[in-house]
Amino acid sequence: MAATAFAIIRLRNLFAVVMLSGIFSLLAASLYVLLSAVDVAFTEAAVGAGISTLLMLATLAITSEYEKKSERSNWLPKVIVFVTGGVLIYGTLDMPLYGAADAPANLHLIPRFILESGTEIGIPNIVTSVLASYRGYDTLGETVVIFTAAIGVLVLLGRGHNRWRPGMRKPVVPEDREEEV
Amino acid sequence: MNDHSILRVVSKIMIPFILLFALYVQFHGEFGPGGGFQAGVIFASAFILYGLIFGIENARKVLPANATRILLALGVILYAGVGVAGIFLGGNYLDYNVLAATATGGQHLGIFLVEFGVGTTVATTMVTIFFVFAGQDF
Amino acid sequence: MELPIEIPMEIPGLLNYWIVIVLMMAGFYVVISHGNLVKKMVGLSVFQVAVFVLYISMSKIDGGSAPILDDAIKQYSNPLPHVLILTAIVVGVATTALGLALIVRVRDAYGTIEEDEILEQERNDT
Repeated sequence: MAATAFAIIRLRNLFAVVMLSGIFSLLAASLYVLLSAVDVAFTEAAVGAGISTLLMLATLAITSEYEKKSERSNWLPKVIVFVTGGVLIYGTLDMPLYGAADAPANLHLIPRFILESGTEIGIPNIVTSVLASYRGYDTLGETVVIFTAAIGVLVLLGRGHNRWRPGMRKPVVPEDREEEV
Repeated sequence: MNDHSILRVVSKIMIPFILLFALYVQFHGEFGPGGGFQAGVIFASAFILYGLIFGIENARKVLPANATRILLALGVILYAGVGVAGIFLGGNYLDYNVLAATATGGQHLGIFLVEFGVGTTVATTMVTIFFVFAGQDF
Repeated sequence: MELPIEIPMEIPGLLNYWIVIVLMMAGFYVVISHGNLVKKMVGLSVFQVAVFVLYISMSKIDGGSAPILDDAIKQYSNPLPHVLILTAIVVGVATTALGLALIVRVRDAYGTIEEDEILEQERNDT
């Protein structure tokens, strides 16, 4: 996975970059299976490797396929990245160890979900019962976010996209022909 | 892509199974991995595959723009409506226990409807976004 | 057997966080150092996946199986991060699509998706 990430940094051919990001998602999905998060792996394989790669390819078809070489200096981002990474690694020294059953995140509420969701909700998949029932508000919010994103895309690119919009630098269609569009 | 006969034949065979698999994931999500989010994406991918192979115009005939717009909103309304139904039946918002005679039965029904709403919204969102992107011609 | 240098016990236990940080910084570097907007979106999605891996690796418990109830299983992984990330992935792709739509509009308005050229045009205007 890390190798794929570094290849994404180096490559200038955007087509290859997008394909690599699809591979990256697929590797992440298999990692989730190893970490016993089957639902998440399922979603990542369907969404990350499938749909988002497809959308990026569609964008590339509309825009350009090659990245131009930037003249900006390279050292400042590198310094920022290494300093931030160093601080974050320092921060992990206090974190609970991998796989620890007594980590704080695993103690509050979780035993209740695991022990009682079978009798309270009556369905075997704990992820589904937490998703739809215990955290129903959360999921409602997420659904509304997806809905809003779809509306946003429709507003930006929907029917009659060539008409003039506020903030546009020059009208694609001349003002006098706007009625026809 | 009209001249790729292998692609056309294989996708014609595959698309019903993709749709069937999406429905399985949708309605089996309570017992195994799956649920509305995944099912919606898989369902959408069947339409996207159809659009890629047979052209956007033909895919639009199967699923017109107005239908996706309406379904997009209906999914969210179904989810929120389940919550409101809980209020009218004497519970809290999004409390499924009161939806049926027994508490677990109510939870089953509530989760089923909510997941269906999520699946509808996700599927139509993905289809809409893809068609809008692919409908660009510069 | 005595090791020549003493390795602190927490090193292998923290390895998952360090992998996450390497991935996260790779995504961050792409976002801040590249001028191409599509590449920035790819960098953001790499960053996003790093955050997902962080959550999922925290939910793993030694010997725990996938959180689907069965009488034969005694130890489950933590289901709550799974729920959060499950929804976050789908929301992530929806917002990525919104960003890509914005990129398409930027290209409509400026004729390019390179940040430097857009800034150049802006400067020439004022």
